[in-house]
Formats: sequence, structure tokens, C-alpha cells
Amino acid sequence: MNVQNFLLHYGHYVAYGATWLIHILYLGILVRRFARLRQELTELGGDK
Amino acid sequence: MNKLFSFFATITAFLLVYGLYQALVAAPTERTMGDVQRIFYYHVPSAWTAFCLFLTNYFCSLLTLTYSEAIRRAANRIAILGAIFGLMGLLISEDRPPWLPQAEGFSWVKASIIVILIAVFHALLIKGYFLLGDRLGKLFSDRARVILDAVAVSSAEVGVVFCTVVLVTGPIWARPVWGIWWTWDVRLTTTLVLWLIYVSYLVLRRFSNTGEIAILSATLAVIGALDVPFVYFSIWFFRTQHPQPVMGKGGSLDPRMLHAFLINLLAFSCFGAMVCWSRVRLELLHRQLEEAHAMKSLEGADAARAQASLPLNRSSE
Amino acid sequence: MTSFWSLTLATLKKDIRLEWRSKDALNAMLFFSLLVVVIFSFSFDPNAEESRQITAGLIWVAFLFAAVVALNQTWARELRNQVLDAYRVSPAPATALFLAKALGNFIFVILLEAVMTPLFIVFYNLRALGPAWQLIPVGILGTWALVVNGTFFAALSLRTRSREIMLPLLLFPISIPAVQSMVEATRIILSGEGAARFWIVLLLTYDVVFTTACLGLFEIVLQAE
Repeated sequence: MNVQNFLLHYGHYVAYGATWLIHILYLGILVRRFARLRQELTELGGDK
Repeated sequence: MNKLFSFFATITAFLLVYGLYQALVAAPTERTMGDVQRIFYYHVPSAWTAFCLFLTNYFCSLLTLTYSEAIRRAANRIAILGAIFGLMGLLISEDRPPWLPQAEGFSWVKASIIVILIAVFHALLIKGYFLLGDRLGKLFSDRARVILDAVAVSSAEVGVVFCTVVLVTGPIWARPVWGIWWTWDVRLTTTLVLWLIYVSYLVLRRFSNTGEIAILSATLAVIGALDVPFVYFSIWFFRTQHPQPVMGKGGSLDPRMLHAFLINLLAFSCFGAMVCWSRVRLELLHRQLEEAHAMKSLEGADAARAQASLPLNRSSE
Repeated sequence: MTSFWSLTLATLKKDIRLEWRSKDALNAMLFFSLLVVVIFSFSFDPNAEESRQITAGLIWVAFLFAAVVALNQTWARELRNQVLDAYRVSPAPATALFLAKALGNFIFVILLEAVMTPLFIVFYNLRALGPAWQLIPVGILGTWALVVNGTFFAALSLRTRSREIMLPLLLFPISIPAVQSMVEATRIILSGEGAARFWIVLLLTYDVVFTTACLGLFEIVLQAE
């Protein structure tokens, strides 16, 4: 099954999958940074 | 604030799911292209969201620049310059003199009027924001500056994410339909150049080690924005010289398709706004942390000096 | 107005004199340009038919590399001797400094191009089938387009890590329409097909717009550093 045929029939699934993969990756990065920041803020609050 | 955010996030999630259902199931299959046309329901809304975000960054950068006196003084000059260029263009009659480029469908009168309007709009925006800051006081103005910068970096970052989606889904669509992964047409190239400019903007932000990065990156954003019309025109003219295969949208627009498209457009716009909102909160939290660190080290230094029993002038901060 | 130009010229003359006294950097870059031409000639065989069609692009890419190397050292001397702090507190207009630096870079890059062009002509048996004189405005306008933005971005890159990579990273995306114009104009003139007029006018417009923008925004950059 060559690329042309594959994309013609399943291209939209690939595209949707790629879209959500990119978005989930970015949201994951945001969540991780949020978690780390909150941890640092509580540490700082605790030190005082 | 959190409740409002959760409320909108839920709505957005519903819209996205509904949009996906519309795109995959409810919308009919296109006659000429087949199922692969469904990519449009994701590709175009993502492009629209990305451009809106980049536009947001442009306005934030512009307003950040007004915090510099040089720009405030220049506001008048910008309007005058734009008016001059515009008037020069207006004076060129439709019967173009031979030394001007002849190009189909390009009206000098329309272009000049647009230039004048853009210049006047910018001057009014800059002056208006400055007056607003004056009226509302310095405290508001400083806080606004921080928020503006947070929105600038957030909209740039989220815009790049959405733009990446556009650049990935585009070729996936193009390969089966046009037979080629990529072509240098106006829309694709402008999108790519915008992506490149904003990635370089983000790299400048990441690699900078000065506190003034807000205003410096704002200059980059403005210069990048100036570049976009040039990209557009150069590719457009290039294509009139080198005829490329005709790439029409192909196929009719069924009302169910339009419905699916509009739902996804709304869904992705909301999604973009929500992610940007989250990113702004993250940025403001980050600055809060930095301030807390700074305060802590200041207090530590103060305490050490107090022990040395020197008369200190504790400045109120 | 007279003091502006005299200030610009004075700064420019000082830069040229300093550069001329220690010709090390100059010689190194001249040799670099030569190497670039040779490497390109090896990689893109001049005898192949395909190479002739991309000669215009090759030449401008080579010029672009040389320009980046030259631009990277724009503010090096100022940084070393804290000259920028002096400029910040002086009443001298920042635009004079910028113009002097840009003109200095322009002269430098034109010099490098003047060395590379005969080599390209020799290696690629170049012959302009169109109006060859049009190559002069293309060369001047194109080089200025790269130099004016490059000088500005070199200043933006001053307070960043990896300063040397920051400059091309910022310069290349913004220069895309300018580079396309230069290459297309050169290709049209060399092959003699069509008119390069549109591209030259586009280059001119690009130069006017970006020179104005860079001059206008430079004061912010200087104050912010």
C-alpha cells in the first residue's frame, strides 16, 4: 500500500492524530511547569 | 477566576468533541477528494486561531513599545510618514507609468488608502494607550505592562503550537490531493515564514539574559509584522511569473460541511484562547515566584546589614 | 542636522581606521569568502546544466554567509570597551551610531562581494544575457537589505547567550522576501528572460521600510541594553 493510497483513505485520521498529539504534548509541558512552580512557591512560603 | 476558567474550559471541551463528531461522522464525504478533505475541518480553524494569536502578540508588542518615550514621540511621525507614502501612492493614476511594476489585480489607490489608514490607526492606538495610562495612574500602568508582556509571550508560544499544526496537517492533505508534499504558494509560504519569525522570537526570549527582554522582543515582533506584506507580495508575484498547477478548493460546499467547519472554527478559537489564558497565568505565576525570590534575598541582605548596626534607610517597596 | 551627519561620518571613519590598522579580521574574512566560493563550486558542479540555473541562488547564499560573518563582529569592539554605556549617556542621537555601523558593515560586505564575484564569474563562466548594468542596483539594494537588518539584530543579540547563532537565527526569516527578490532579479538578468524591474522596486521598498523601522527602533534597543 503506497503513501498516496494510504493518505487518501486514512489521511484525515493521521492529521487529526498529529493535531492532538501536538496539543497534548504542549499541554503536558504547561502542566509540568505549573506543578513545578507551585511546588517552588510553597517551598518559598515554607522557608519564610 | 478559577471557576470562570473551569466553566469555559468545559464548554470548550464539549465544543471540541462535538466538532470532532461533526468532522468525522456528520459531515458528508466530499465528492472529488474523498475523506481526506475532512482535514480542512482542523487545518483551517487552526490557521485562523494561529493568526489571531499572532495578531494579539503584535498588538501587545506595539503597546509595550509605547512605554518607551522615543516611540511616544514618534507616534505623530508614524502617522505623517504613512500619510506621505499613502498620498504618493494615491497620486499614481490607474494608468501606471512604465517604470512601476505592472501586476494584475493590484490597485495602487486601494493599497495607498490601506497604508494611510493603517498608519493613522497605529498613531491613534499609541496615543490613546498613552493617555489611558496617564489617566489611570502609574500603578495601573506598571501592572498593565507586566500583563501585556505575559500575553505577548503566551500568544506567541501558543500561536507557534497552532501554526505547527497547520504546517503538519497541510502537507498530509496536499500529498494525496496534489501529489506533492509542499509548494511555494502564497498561503503556505506566509504561514511558514510567520512560524519561522515567531520561533526566532521565542528563541530570543529564551536566550536573553537581560531584564529588558520585553521591549527588545517587542521590536522584533514589530519588524516581523512589517515583513509579512513583503512575503505575501514577493510570493504572489513569483507565482504570476511561474505558473503553478491550479489549486482550487475543489468540490461544492454542502451546508452540513459548512456547519462542521463553523463548529470546529469556534471550538479551536475557544481552545486557543483557553490555552493562551493558561499560559498567561503560568507566566504571571512565574514572575510572582521571581519577585518572591528577589524579596527574600533582599530581606536576607537587610537582616545581615542590620546586624552590622549601621543606620539604614529602609525604602518602602 | 549637520551634526548628525558629521557624527555619523566621524564614527564611520573611526571604525574604518581601526579595522584597517589590524587587518587580521579583514584578511580572515576575505579568505573565508574565497573558501565559500570554492566549496560551492565543488559541491555544485559548474559544468552541469542544473547548476547554471541555480547560480543566482548560489551566489546570494554565499554572500549571505559572508555577510553574517561580517555582521557578527559589528558590536564586538563596542562591547569590549564599554563604549555603548558612553553612548547611552551622551546626547548623541542613537540613529547616528546605528547608521555609522550599518554603513561600515555595508562597505565591508561590498568588499567581500567584490572579491567573490570575479571568482564566481571564473568558476561558473558567468555571462549576463540580460542588461548587466541592472546587477549594480540589485547588488547595492540587496546588500543594504541584509546589512541594515543584520546590524539591528546584532544589537538585539548583544545580551543573549550564543550571540553568534542568534544573529542568523533572527536575520534569516525576516530576510526571506529580500533574498527571494535578490535571487530572482539576478536570475532574470543572467538568463535574460523577463524583466527584473518588479524585484528591484520590491527591494527598494523593502530597504526604505526596514531602514526606517531600524532607525526608529534602535534608540529603544540601545537604551534597553
